[in-house]
Amino acid sequence: MTIKKNIAISENGFIFNPATGDSFSVNGMASVILTALRVGESEAGIKAGILEKYEVSPEQLNRDWDDYMIQLRDANLLETQ
Amino acid sequence: MVIAITGLNANDNPGPGVAVARSLRHEFGSDLRIIGLCYESLEPGIYMPDLVDAAYLIPYPGAGISDLKERLEHIHQCEKLDMIIPNFDSELYNFIKIEPWLNNLGIKTYLPSHAQLAERDKTNLAHLGRKFDFSVPTDYKVNVLADLDQAITDLNYPVVVKGKFYEAEVCYTKETAATAFHRLKARWGLPVIAQQYIKGTEINIAGLGDGEGSAISVVPMRKLYLTDKGKAWAGVTIEREELIALARAFTAATRWKGGFELEIMRDSNGMLFILEINPRFPAWVYLTAGAGQNQPAALVKMAMGLAQEVFKDYAVGKMFVRYSWDELVDIADFQQFSAFGELSLNKFSL
Repeated sequence: MTIKKNIAISENGFIFNPATGDSFSVNGMASVILTALRVGESEAGIKAGILEKYEVSPEQLNRDWDDYMIQLRDANLLETQ
Repeated sequence: MVIAITGLNANDNPGPGVAVARSLRHEFGSDLRIIGLCYESLEPGIYMPDLVDAAYLIPYPGAGISDLKERLEHIHQCEKLDMIIPNFDSELYNFIKIEPWLNNLGIKTYLPSHAQLAERDKTNLAHLGRKFDFSVPTDYKVNVLADLDQAITDLNYPVVVKGKFYEAEVCYTKETAATAFHRLKARWGLPVIAQQYIKGTEINIAGLGDGEGSAISVVPMRKLYLTDKGKAWAGVTIEREELIALARAFTAATRWKGGFELEIMRDSNGMLFILEINPRFPAWVYLTAGAGQNQPAALVKMAMGLAQEVFKDYAVGKMFVRYSWDELVDIADFQQFSAFGELSLNKFSL
């Protein structure tokens, strides 16, 4: 999963896609994941960090992760493979 | 420098005049005297003293060029105009027609030719698309209801019914299409246009052509908030190379001279359709000044023979949010303009 390079992500979770003019607000966790993806961290590495820091099962995390990636793709924020 | 502008009807379907005045004031400050040329006594721009120094009533385009010349001659005697920037589609034909006469008076303009104006006309858009390989929606000229029936048969619903100069309605039934046809015919004349409906994201591009095939400025804007008339009430500048390339291709193909606006629809496959080409600056043109490419100011410099380099960059993510504002007006000013067709907002004697 790679976030498009030109996407602007602010510290407070505001996302602006300068190619489409779309903007989004995301919560803290979503912002952390986006920022990590942005700097090139791997999916496995990000998930390991979340499992270590939060009380969440791997199954729940995977489900939520997949759901989030679908939303990011629908929002046109991911690089097409 | 004294510049006269039209299009001061800053209502819910605004003309570009106030935005043009604001852009010019932004660049030239108080050295510039701005003269409003108005068709009605309640055009809001008449009563904006920070933007407009004096305002004059001018005859409607339908009155013809003789009346227009007579009126402009009087205004020129009073104001010593250096330039006129017309901002309405419907008046451009007359202003282009009198361009040599204006030049003889020492009044500069920066306008497309009649041929360029006609080529981008709504009724000729499909031809323009074929000629220069631009994607445009299929359309039909509608002069009688039978034409509309034929267009609907071919296009299916929804169909966009458009006035010759302004306004458009998306219609989902035969009845609403017929009602729109009659209304737009009565308001703007024939032909009415029935256009294929393209579903997608609406993007507008403000541009400035030098008449030699170069686009001096191109600024794309995504509409964020629409009025019930489909006008942008908020928008944001976006970066998208194919939009800029499209505007440059249009300018190169038509050798457009002056300001223009491309109304674009990007469908779900990313294909860019030109829905309309407006032969003047859009009402949101002040955003170009805010984004670093002041198109009205650049147009003035070019008209004055000054060097104007092609703009390279603009601020992406610069937004505008339009708002309504109750301008308080002394009844004496309204009376002055209504009765005499002239008003100095600086209270100079006219």
